[in-house]
Amino acid sequence: MTGQEKGILSGRSDFQAIAAWVRPDATVLDLGCGDGLLLRFLKQTRNARGYGVDIADANVLACVKNGVNVIQSDLERGLAGFDAGSFDCVILSQTLQAVLHTEEIVLDMLRVGREAIVSFPNFGRWDLRLQVALGRMPMSPELPYQWYNTPNVHLFTIADFESFCADHGIRVLERVVLHRGRSVRAFANFFGSLAVYRVEKKR
Amino acid sequence: MAPKDKIEPRSAGAVQPQTLRFSEPLAFRSGAVLDSYELVYETYGTLNAARSNAVLACHALNAAHHVAGYYADDPDNVGWWDNMIGPGKPVDTDKFFVIGVNNVGGCFGSTGPRSVNPKTAKPYGSSFPVVTVEDWVNAQARLADRLGIDSFAAVMGGSLGAMQALQWTISFPSRIRNAIVIAAAPKLSAQNIAFNEVARQAITTDPDFHGGNYYEHGVVPRRGLRLARMIGHITYLSDDVMMEKFGRALRTGAIGFHFDVDFEIESYLRYQGDKFSEYFDANTYLLITRALDYFDPAAAHGDRLSRALAAARARYLVVSFTSDWRFAPARSREIVKALLDNRLDVAYAEIDAPHGHDAFLLDDKRYHALVRAYFDNIHAAL
Repeated sequence: MTGQEKGILSGRSDFQAIAAWVRPDATVLDLGCGDGLLLRFLKQTRNARGYGVDIADANVLACVKNGVNVIQSDLERGLAGFDAGSFDCVILSQTLQAVLHTEEIVLDMLRVGREAIVSFPNFGRWDLRLQVALGRMPMSPELPYQWYNTPNVHLFTIADFESFCADHGIRVLERVVLHRGRSVRAFANFFGSLAVYRVEKKR
Repeated sequence: MAPKDKIEPRSAGAVQPQTLRFSEPLAFRSGAVLDSYELVYETYGTLNAARSNAVLACHALNAAHHVAGYYADDPDNVGWWDNMIGPGKPVDTDKFFVIGVNNVGGCFGSTGPRSVNPKTAKPYGSSFPVVTVEDWVNAQARLADRLGIDSFAAVMGGSLGAMQALQWTISFPSRIRNAIVIAAAPKLSAQNIAFNEVARQAITTDPDFHGGNYYEHGVVPRRGLRLARMIGHITYLSDDVMMEKFGRALRTGAIGFHFDVDFEIESYLRYQGDKFSEYFDANTYLLITRALDYFDPAAAHGDRLSRALAAARARYLVVSFTSDWRFAPARSREIVKALLDNRLDVAYAEIDAPHGHDAFLLDDKRYHALVRAYFDNIHAAL
């Protein structure tokens, strides 16, 4: 692993888990791809053929600088420009909590991709629960915003997400829960700060 | 000697057009053949030893080979893409060897309707072959051959120039590594063709047109050209930017109850039309608008652009502008979709700019930063 790759990983602890689930040479669509570093990591480690989608000018520029494919587009308007089943894997990394059209986006991901990988900050972790219990909106390394400047509009827990999947005909294929980059095995919804899921549509 | 107010310090400097004569016949898509022809071109920067840093900048409707820099004897005549191309600019001529060429059928020195047909000793006029984007690209490839360029690091253009860049990736997939496709469409809409037809009608119904052979009569269909340019100009600007720039401002402060110029926008359009009719050839205008109409690479592939691009190997930067209603962002997204279908590398940006179609010529920070970043990567890969 190069120093640069380590640098990438230190910033986003879900990258390694996501990469482990992306098959070599897979075609990948990364929604809300930000600066494109996940895609670059997947290209380097899995030889993935990836495309990012992002709405922000600064992120599109960052992707171009990082040499990854990017399409400037608003996720909230859906993935109408992408054919059904056209990607092996559609990724939504730490973005689901920040979108308005949550149901539509997850279902569209599973239309465009044969499977999807979703990661999100777990609002059910004990220290966040404690902060709420003490009367304040919580902050954490994964949720570093104040209530008034957060981009996160739909905060939810691991239990919430699994119930959402069950209600929407989505099968969970694999799950990794992390805290500070380490895997959390027991009482994940209580001790995990970041959850990563591999899911598919029940057929 | 550079004019102090116009030339930026980082200009390509004083440049000189060059001419190459081609004696091998050029076969047009229409079936017509030009036995020999000349191309006028300019270059900026230096071709490296590996001949790998060449960039072709393709012009659109109104421009030509004078892409960057200025002329020593005409320092106000600054290249049409001088804000994009030059030393230290987004397309850095300290790193790249950039070529601008006046396309066949043009009126700035390359063989076109105004040129003398050696067979008749008269200007080609209306007998000049109807030229297509494919024909232009073929002629550009011949120029590349002569300049010893096997493969372009990039072919770039806006609008009709972007169509040439796209066509390059279809016609010569092994000779182009990157296509910069700005403010483009994969083909014209009925409305686009309609505007072109009005412009052509303005020219061909001008009594001075003489069926295209006005040179012999010592006249120019100036009224037609003026109208054509006025119509075109309206489509290059957005409603918003026109309103912001001119509003309903009056020339003299009060309406005159006549049909002469009242509003500033009228004065502006007339000025643009007058200026244009002084230097542009009417037959070239007809040819170029027709090349736009006929551009449709998907047509030969069951109307599927994805299939037309099946052989393409280039990487793409596609840029559109939100206020461009002539070639709206949705048209660029059609291109992006076809690239995606072929799993080609693409970066697509939709720049939120108010200026309409003309935005591709303007100095928008986000747009130029993108092009710069993209070319930095091209350079790193040389």
